[in-house]
Amino acid sequence: MPRPKSVEKSKDFFGTLKRLLKNLNSWKYLIITSLILAMISAVLSLIAPNKLSDFADEISIGLVPRTEILETIGTEISNNFKNIDFQVKLKEIMADDSISEEGKLTLINTMKDMETLDDTNKMISILKLPNSILEKLLSNIQYEGTIISVSDQLSTLNILGNIENRENALIQLDKLPKSVFELVKPKMNTDKIKNIAIFMGIIYLVSSLFSYIQGLSMTIISNKFAKKLRSSVSEKINHLPLKYFDYHETGDILSRITNDIDTVAQNLNNSLSSLVTNITLFIGSIFMMFYTNWIMAITAILTSLIGFAFMGGILKKSQKYFDENQKSLGNLNGYIEEIYSGHSVVKAYNGVEDSIERFEKLNKNLYEAKRKSIFLSGTMQPLMGFIGNLDYVAVCIVGALLTMNGVISFGVIVAFMIYVRLFNNPLSQIAQSMTILQSTAAASERVFEFLDEEEMTDESDLTDVLDKDKVKGNIEFSNVKFCYDKDKIIINDFNVNVRSGQKIAIVGPTGAGKTTMVNLLMKFYEINDGDIIIDGVSTKKLRRDNIHRLFIMVLQDTWLFEGTIRDNIKFNKEDVTDEEIWESLKTVGVDHFVRTLPGGLDYVLTESDSISQGQKQLLTIARGMIEDAPFLILDEATSNVDTRTEELVQIAMDKLTKGHTSFIIAHRLSTIKNADLILVMDHGNIIEMGNHDDLMKKNGFYADLYNSQFSK
Amino acid sequence: MINLFKYLKKREIIGIIFSIALVVLQVWLELSMPDYMSEITRLVQTDGSLMSDILIAGGKMCLCAFGSLIASIVVCYLASNIASSFATVIRSKIFDKISKFSIAEMKKFSTSSLITRTTNDVTQVDMVIGLGLQMLVKAPIMAVWAILKILDKGIEWSILTGVCVVILLLTVSIILIIVLPRFETVQKLIDRINGVTRENLTGIRVIRAFNAEKFQTDRFNSVNEELTNQQMFNQKTFATMMPVMNLVMHSLTLGIYIIGTILIMNAGLADRITLFSNMIVFSSYGMQVIMSFLMLAMIFMMAPRASISARRINEVLNQDISIVDGDFDGKTDKKGVVEFKNVSFKYPDADEYLLKNISFKANQGETVAFIGSTGSGKSTLINLIPRFYDTTDGTVLVDGIDVKKYKQVALNNKIGYVPQKAVMFTGSVIDNVAFGKTDKEITEDNVKTAIKVAQAENFVSEMEDGVNSHIARGGTNISGGQKQRLSIARAIARDPEIYIFDDTFSALDYKTDSILRSELKKHTKNATNIIVAQRIGTIMNADKIIVLDKGECVGMGTHQELMKNCSLYKEIALSQLSEEEL
Repeated sequence: MPRPKSVEKSKDFFGTLKRLLKNLNSWKYLIITSLILAMISAVLSLIAPNKLSDFADEISIGLVPRTEILETIGTEISNNFKNIDFQVKLKEIMADDSISEEGKLTLINTMKDMETLDDTNKMISILKLPNSILEKLLSNIQYEGTIISVSDQLSTLNILGNIENRENALIQLDKLPKSVFELVKPKMNTDKIKNIAIFMGIIYLVSSLFSYIQGLSMTIISNKFAKKLRSSVSEKINHLPLKYFDYHETGDILSRITNDIDTVAQNLNNSLSSLVTNITLFIGSIFMMFYTNWIMAITAILTSLIGFAFMGGILKKSQKYFDENQKSLGNLNGYIEEIYSGHSVVKAYNGVEDSIERFEKLNKNLYEAKRKSIFLSGTMQPLMGFIGNLDYVAVCIVGALLTMNGVISFGVIVAFMIYVRLFNNPLSQIAQSMTILQSTAAASERVFEFLDEEEMTDESDLTDVLDKDKVKGNIEFSNVKFCYDKDKIIINDFNVNVRSGQKIAIVGPTGAGKTTMVNLLMKFYEINDGDIIIDGVSTKKLRRDNIHRLFIMVLQDTWLFEGTIRDNIKFNKEDVTDEEIWESLKTVGVDHFVRTLPGGLDYVLTESDSISQGQKQLLTIARGMIEDAPFLILDEATSNVDTRTEELVQIAMDKLTKGHTSFIIAHRLSTIKNADLILVMDHGNIIEMGNHDDLMKKNGFYADLYNSQFSK
Repeated sequence: MINLFKYLKKREIIGIIFSIALVVLQVWLELSMPDYMSEITRLVQTDGSLMSDILIAGGKMCLCAFGSLIASIVVCYLASNIASSFATVIRSKIFDKISKFSIAEMKKFSTSSLITRTTNDVTQVDMVIGLGLQMLVKAPIMAVWAILKILDKGIEWSILTGVCVVILLLTVSIILIIVLPRFETVQKLIDRINGVTRENLTGIRVIRAFNAEKFQTDRFNSVNEELTNQQMFNQKTFATMMPVMNLVMHSLTLGIYIIGTILIMNAGLADRITLFSNMIVFSSYGMQVIMSFLMLAMIFMMAPRASISARRINEVLNQDISIVDGDFDGKTDKKGVVEFKNVSFKYPDADEYLLKNISFKANQGETVAFIGSTGSGKSTLINLIPRFYDTTDGTVLVDGIDVKKYKQVALNNKIGYVPQKAVMFTGSVIDNVAFGKTDKEITEDNVKTAIKVAQAENFVSEMEDGVNSHIARGGTNISGGQKQRLSIARAIARDPEIYIFDDTFSALDYKTDSILRSELKKHTKNATNIIVAQRIGTIMNADKIIVLDKGECVGMGTHQELMKNCSLYKEIALSQLSEEEL
């Protein structure tokens, strides 16, 4: 039972398909070869039925005895009787001592009566003579080189006399004397049969072999293609501007890399060769049908078409139910997800009853939609079978009519019975392949769409380089302006001069643009206007990777990958010794914790780990500390750590930041009180600037924010 | 799998029996068709047959075909109804069961796994039932019937068919033995490639900041390579299946003909026609036998997946629920009193206690706050009040009655719980704030007041339809702070005796935090507040502050008292504020 599926429509079916094929260009020859193989094996399977019906014809020759020969032999025998020269024979018999006197007497009596009898009765009376005399009277006859003895002739006559009707004829024929039987027995052409059998064996073998090679090569192609696509999507992630990820969900990109690519590859594997095979079969069978007999061909095709039109009507009607089914399933799944995720709230608020009620309603909707759609799609298979049978009967009846009028031979009907099957199957297969191609196009469209996203500006022409060991650490923001869209300005005319070794804090409520500042600094976003200058060099003239090398960055999100602690701390840096790793772990105070883990540095971090957020954050800080660079960015780096630990980390970090220019974004104002410069941001603007004491004296936004910590 | 069948309703069982009967009818009709086919063949082949005879035979065959069509449509109708209804029932059972789960059970399975179990796994099982009902029933009947029809027609052909079936089954099982365990590997590799990609996406800023793009790309490529190879191996193995199957089926036909030729050659004239027609019949029934066995093989291929799903579903359905509902209806003289008496807690399978010997009492109108470092057991402690977990030792009393004695609904009516992470449901703002049930009616006025107190009025009024504005799934159309405020409003709207704030305020900025708390204080004079917090500022003015460290109470008292006699508290306080500020 095929699953009800609502087929996604691609926006530009042929365009996407064309692009898909273009992408497959590197396997061009392999694909063409395998498609040709598929075609050949389809053609072979068209030939095979013909050969099979030849086979059947050859065997059926062995069914019908050669009655015409039997008739000839019969005539010969009766001639033999007619031609007896009694005068000559009588003398011979009389002279023969081996024949009894009694016998001789009978013969003489019989001969006396003979004159008055006609041929038939003459024969009957002769036959009444004893065998010993008959053998003398009659002579052996010869037919096609076989000598039929007198006794054989006699028993043949006997058997022929016993035949009453068609039914017992064959039984009687089996009793024929050997010499006659050998002549009358139907003769199968064993050489021809052997040839046909060998030929068919070869056809089947070759066809299977070809289809295996074909399947194998399509598997290889589709897997390699999938691998290539996955790599390109993964590679593409590296070239997209960070902005893209602010607007697109992780789940969406993930589903492109797995589901969509998988769909494309699998469908390609199945549908391309099946499409070729079935189109070949379809066209081939139509051709063969018309070639054999056009009246029957039209009968077969018309019957099928009527059936398929009927099926198409049902399918069209049921599309609505498929869509509905998909929709209700989505609704139900969404609701389940929501309720399970909010389990504690649902329970604590006595919402269980309501949620079950609503669930039951959605569940019932799904039930209704589902049973209809499963039912409708389930009827397709039996309908197909019915159309096939109907076609079969139609072909038989029309065929019989034609045979009786002598227009066609029986073999034509046999051939058509097979053509009808060959014709009906591909039609539904082609329809299925087309649906699959539709979803392939839709899936590949999504993949291509992602691959077509605008990339970050090319920087290969930038030649300025700042060496991180020589950078002093001055940064100047001059008239920096940044906006996502034209109307939504995030940073507006930002100016500040940061000197080497300073500690800069950025504070402000959520959404004030603090993190945006960091993203600009790191050149994650391109500024719209103004300039950021490091040691007198505009960042516009520096390549991103160069800028990144100048910064140590620790973020709020505790990002660690699945791997050992050592690999996570080392990350992409080479030649880091274990001592250095331990040292940095010690600095952030997680060395003891790591030692308690099984395997220590070799402990593998996984997603479902019981390691707390705080500990993960400390590990990310340790990762940052391994690196040495003139600038340090801490973006809410200690937000998941409790305040005491944070203080310890702060002390360590202050040691680290000595001599480094550092930018600190913090939620907890206690963290940044000792900063050289505090930038207070709100709605994308720097609204206050100065050190803690200055800002407190000002009694403005910062003071307000600070004091709110202690208000009652 | 069988375990799940007990959830079938009587009507469905009758439906199944009826379907089986219909399948038998269908098989009979389908297997009669070749008889009519050969009848037509014979008539056409014989000279002097009457057209009317052919029409009658054809008509009979059409009737058979039509009858079989009707039977299979009815079976399909029944099967789709039974499968859908079965799936609906199972889903309901799971949902009901999970609704009864405590946090402990939720944690044991994990939310995402429970979601898959309710959705995907049920779909898997009902697919097998829908398909199985038709195939599993039809295939054996078909096979046995077809075998019976041909068994007396010639031992040589029967042996050949038997050999073909054995070869086919062997091929299928060899392929399955090779491929099935590798399927799991592929699934794991897909998970890994998803994992690495997810890492690449979530860590994009870190990766770029460290110039680690190549490092991550290499990681991705190695998994990609492995996945491709493994998948290719599986598919290559599978690619042998169809050609082998075709070859075997064709060989069977050819073999039947060859054997036929030999038999006919050696037979007497009288037997030849019978042998010939047997041969023709055999070649069509032999195919039926093979097809039926293939159908069975297919079911066996699907069965393992479905049985894994069924097992996962049963795990949920058979899970014992650790929280047993009491029968106390919640009518107490005391209001808003929470008391812990020597409470200890550990997870059922854990060795170590998360909470050790905690005792305290909160009276009506008081605010009791908990502070401590990450992992000190603050959240666990307050989760014991609404019975998300049950204590391992000691008792938790609300209004003087052990929480275990309460009907859960009655207990919940007294409590307004606000979790650390705000939970939003699809629906309007009102739907969200007036969520659930309590002993009092939640009017629109209640909702509006609650929104006002929770400092959510500003942004709610700015939304398109005010309180009737739509909240998207997971609350994705409002910010984290806004969600948190609505989540607080939800508790306020219930007007409970006891508020529980599980680190609720950390998501708010200091200013909103302090205004909200003072408004709340005004609005809920008689309510008891139980607060877990990280910021000293949030709890400084609590009537009682309890300092937790590694599950133990290391200090209890007011801010002033603790500053004097609790070193840990003092350390925490000083890490946040300077001496003079305190």
